[in-house]
Parts: sequence; structure tokens; C-alpha cells
Amino acid sequence: MRWVNRQIDRSGRILLGSLPILLLVLLYLFLAAQRHAANPMDKILPLPTGMAEAMAALLFQPDQLTGQLVFWADTLASLQRLGIGLGIATLSALVVGLVLGLLPPIRATFGPLVTGIAVIPPIALLPILFIALGLGETAKVALIVIGIAPVMVRDIMAHVSALPREQIVKAQTLGASSWQIMIRVALPQAMPRLFHAVKLALGPAWVFLISAEAIASDVGLGYRIFLVRRYLSMDVIIPYVAWIALLAIVMDVALSVMSRRMFPWAHGASH
Amino acid sequence: MSARPETLLSLRDVWVEYGDKIVLEKVDLDIEAGSFVSIIGPSGAGKSSLLRIVLGQEVPTRGTILLDGTPLTPECGPDRGVVFQRYSVFPHLSVLRNTVFGLECEKAPLTARLFGKARRDAEAEAAEMLQAVGLGDSLHLFPAQMSGGMQQRLAIAQALIKRPRILLLDEPFGALDPGIRADMHALITKLWRDYALTIIMVTHDIREAFTLGTRVLALDKRRHDPHAPHRFGATAVYDLPLRRNDEPAGETAVAVEIPLSIEETIGHG
Repeated sequence: MRWVNRQIDRSGRILLGSLPILLLVLLYLFLAAQRHAANPMDKILPLPTGMAEAMAALLFQPDQLTGQLVFWADTLASLQRLGIGLGIATLSALVVGLVLGLLPPIRATFGPLVTGIAVIPPIALLPILFIALGLGETAKVALIVIGIAPVMVRDIMAHVSALPREQIVKAQTLGASSWQIMIRVALPQAMPRLFHAVKLALGPAWVFLISAEAIASDVGLGYRIFLVRRYLSMDVIIPYVAWIALLAIVMDVALSVMSRRMFPWAHGASH
Repeated sequence: MSARPETLLSLRDVWVEYGDKIVLEKVDLDIEAGSFVSIIGPSGAGKSSLLRIVLGQEVPTRGTILLDGTPLTPECGPDRGVVFQRYSVFPHLSVLRNTVFGLECEKAPLTARLFGKARRDAEAEAAEMLQAVGLGDSLHLFPAQMSGGMQQRLAIAQALIKRPRILLLDEPFGALDPGIRADMHALITKLWRDYALTIIMVTHDIREAFTLGTRVLALDKRRHDPHAPHRFGATAVYDLPLRRNDEPAGETAVAVEIPLSIEETIGHG
């Protein structure tokens, strides 16, 4: 049987999918054990026990200076920045994308500006943001917004302007105004695409968050990783990275499920 | 039908040009209220262009179009309904919501949504219209769950609920199976009679054009320059009035025997 025709059932997919992950974990454990056999004080590839010990301190013991549980304070701070950044970017992508996608005069006016902003590498703007907005939360959130919003705007804009012309004409023959077409025809059809755009923007959003936290911060997941890097604390860095990955996966899955629940018509015949 | 039917739509010396390419030249047409006009012709003869200028989606380069004696606004409006071959229903709305949409736009300019009694009334009206096109049992399906024929039924109901002065059909049954197409022919005939519609239909199917129409227009180029084929536009080269038997709906026969030569002449597209 040709490989293109081999369909894998659900249990088979879970088994096959977990195989490479399991192999990587085993490889890591093997290498770590090897290094620890040679040097029990090795910091580069910590054993799970070492990670658990290091993390226990961050998870359950209040910090001596701030009195906070460090891990949870980091998570909360990072998620808050990410949430606000994603929220602002999503909302502006929806509004700007809709208006630009549907109204040719607005697109002619602001289209080149959006394209221009989108090609600027956001990290290059980071110094400007820190100078203009200070080192506080605003600059970090602004970096996330500037980093992901232009791509999302262009995505929604392209999607809206690619709606079949027949639909727009049909709506007009049913008496709809530009505003009514926007809120009843374009907006609902842009929503599933918006969810998709947010999913794709999650990756870059994390990158910009960690970058901003690494450079100037006093709390946050990215801040912690870059702080303990000075002490070669791989026993903290690796669990933190795993935690970030887990958060990202949960967000991704949650967005997929929400989109399928809220817009069944956009997900094939599965409703 | 009354003895002297009124002219509903008239085109006077209409030209459509894209750059130096002439698509339609000197089209003069009068369409009477209550007629069913089929437009046929080879590909690229400007059938769809003609439909688009009547619809208001495009503006003719020259000439005037009068609807009920007043010039058309160069924009689509609720006085002209349309059914395209595809994409003329909204995929994100159920059958009922698709049909109510036209009423909601009219009655709620700001929200385009109706609530309470107004909504129930609109839904009742839409349900009645859907019953008439044979979708009475499918009110809560989404377009993706329906066959092509059902989607076209929905597109027709959507358009008819606005009571348009003219219904424009752009190859409405072109993508359907032959069996379904016959059903749709019966349906459109019935609706045309029941609602006293005026219909302009563009089609590739000559049999369909003669079966349904009370008048068949064949568009083609009168003149042809082999060195610059784009410099001559198409116009109505045949204008055949037909008389349909007023038999009970379902059996649709044409009173005029189609001369074979004409069918062959126009059939090359």
C-alpha cells in the first residue's frame, strides 16, 4: 500500500505521536545520567530529581525579598502581559482588517501604511519603545502588539477582501448598507479566521514577550529564565521552558475548540 | 397578461468597454413587465456584462438604462434581485436567517437585527417564502449542509422576499445535475407565475433558454475584425418572442417550434 494512502486511526496516532517525544526524553535521561556518573555536580544536564528540587523552592517557598511564590508570580505577570497584548492586537486586527478589507477608499488610504509597518522588524523598535514608554509594563505590551498586530491585520484584511464578490452584491440587492454588510456579512465570516490568526500569532507573541522580559523586567517567565542563566541553572530553565510550551499548547487547543464550537459552519460538515 | 404590457426596463444605446476592448455595442432593449427573458450567446459575448450593468454592479461606458422610466442608480439595490451560479447565499447563516436578512436590513438600519415581535413576523414571512421554494423542512440547516439545488432554492427565496421589480439569474442552474435542473425549471416557472415576476436569465443551455423564456435574446458580434477581434462588441443578434403554453405548472412547453438552423447558429458557444 502506498504511504499516501495509509490512514492512521486514533489510538495509532496517539501511539505514534508520543513515540518521538518519549525517545527524546529517554535520550536526555541517558545523557544526563552519563554526565552525572562522571560528575555528580553537573549543572548542564540536570536530572529530574534536581529539577524537582529547584522548582519546589520556586513553587512553594515565598521569596525572601518580595514574599511572593516566584513561579506563580512569574506566570501571572507573563500571562497578563501576553493576554493584554494579544487582546489589543486581536481587537485592532478585527476592526482595522474589516474596515480595510471591505472599504476600498480606506484600503487605498491606509493599506500602504499597514504594509510599511508590517515589514519593520519589531525588535528593532524595542529601544524606541523603552525610550518612549519607559521600562514598565506598557513597553512590553506595546512590543507584543506591534509585533503581531500588523500580520493579523493583513491576514483579516486579505480574508475579508477575498469574500466572494457575489455575496457582497447579493447583500446589496437585499438592501444592505456598507455598515450592515460589515457587521452581518463580513464580521461573522472574519471571526473564524481571526481565531486562526490568533493561534498563529501565539508563537511570535511569546517570542516578543520573552524578549521584552529578558531585557528589562523584574518578574516574568522570560525574566526568570534569563536571570538564572547567569548561574547555569538548567534545573530551572528546562522546567520553565516546558511550562511555557504547555501554556502555549493549552491556548492553541482552547482556541481551536472555541472556534469549532462557536462557528460550526466554518469547520466543514462536522456540525 | 394584459393586452398592452408596460415596459419595465429599457436600455438605450448601451456600450460597455474595458479599455479599448469593446464588450457590448449599441444595445437597445425594452423588457416588458412579466416577461421571462433568456439571454444566450457564446462565451465572451457579454452576457454576464449585460446582466451586471442591469444589476448595477457595473456602469455602462455609454448609454442609459431606465427602470420604470427613471434612470438606474449605478449601484445594486433592492429593486433588482439576483441569483448567481454560486456564492449567493451566506455560509454563516442558517436557511431561515439567510432569508430574514433582507427584511432585517430594511427594518433595522443600525443593528441589522430584529427582536421580539418584529423578528417573529419576519421569520414567519421568511418561512412562508421558504415553503414556496420547497425548503419548508430545512429552516435550520446551514448552506454547507445542503445540496447545490437546495442552495439555489435558498438564493431564490432570499431574493424574492424583497419583492424585486426584476429578478436577474446568472446561469443559476449551470452547476446542477440534470434531474435537479428539471425540478428547478418547474420551480422557477411556478414562482414566475405565482409572483408575476419579471426575470432576466443568462444561460449556456439553449434548451433551458427556450423552455423557460417568453423571449430569447442571443448576443453575439455582428461584425468581426480578425486582426483586432476586441474592437467590435456584441449586441442582440436574435430577439425571439416566444409564447408559452399556459398549461398547469410542471409541464413547460414552448409554443414556437425552434427552427433548427437558429439553434445551430447560436449553439456554437
